[in-house]
Amino acid sequence: MFEIGLAHYLTVAAVLFTLGVFGIFLNRKNVIIIMMSVELILLAVNINMVAFSSFLNDMVGQVFAMFILTVAAAEAAIGLAIVVVYFRNRGSIAVEEIRELRG
Amino acid sequence: MFAAVLVASGVMVISSRNPVHSVLFLILAFFNAAGLFLLLGAEFLAMSLVIVYVGAVAVLFLFVVMMLDINTAELKDGILQYLPTGAVIGILLLVELVALFGSWGFAPDVEAIIQSQTPPIAQATNTEALGMLIYTKYVFLFQASGLILLVAMVGSILLTLRRREGVRHQKIADQVARTTETVKLHKVQTGRGI
Repeated sequence: MFEIGLAHYLTVAAVLFTLGVFGIFLNRKNVIIIMMSVELILLAVNINMVAFSSFLNDMVGQVFAMFILTVAAAEAAIGLAIVVVYFRNRGSIAVEEIRELRG
Repeated sequence: MFAAVLVASGVMVISSRNPVHSVLFLILAFFNAAGLFLLLGAEFLAMSLVIVYVGAVAVLFLFVVMMLDINTAELKDGILQYLPTGAVIGILLLVELVALFGSWGFAPDVEAIIQSQTPPIAQATNTEALGMLIYTKYVFLFQASGLILLVAMVGSILLTLRRREGVRHQKIADQVARTTETVKLHKVQTGRGI
């Protein structure tokens, strides 16, 4: 049985990060899936933070991961609120038609 | 195993045709990430990931996806158009990251720059250690994150709040502002009308 090291966790996080970036490219028309991809990216960052924190015996990584979690939740809430308001005004959320967001 | 399911559900999140399925796979992904956190010894973060994401954010996403009732077929039209560009950039990114991990090691003086050592498990559990840190050394950052959450809450309420016309609201300020000139007070005896 081989030992699971730091590099394995980092690889999983890297794959997840790449999936998130790829998802943004793939689903350019759907804002909600783009936001889910952003959540995936933030999750990958969190996995990195916690992996380093665990393997270096340093608590700060976990503290920081908690703050990232907070900010990600706030971002999701505000982003979804903006999407809802936009849908109410325009009746569509296709990204390519969003050109009216100037003040 | 957690990692495999995590990556698989990540793939499903971005490739699923139905946004509702995407959200459900996102929930699965977060569950597996919480499992990974547990294996790494970060129990508190694992539990808060489950609570915050599966409990709150995913439900929020589900609400919005179902409420907005989007024509998904229309949104999926150009998906093949972006596939080559996205694939090239994604593979490039992955190769770069893997190459980075291949040639990477800890700095020799890494032990010296550790900010706050994790206490041994017999001395304090993970949650205790985290609490020890966020309420002492990082208390201002902790307060700031609370402030961020407050701003997010106020912002999203303000954005989505809508005052409808033609609905009778209670205007509390007007009621409080009435004086004795416009209101006549009666002393009502028991058992008798006015």
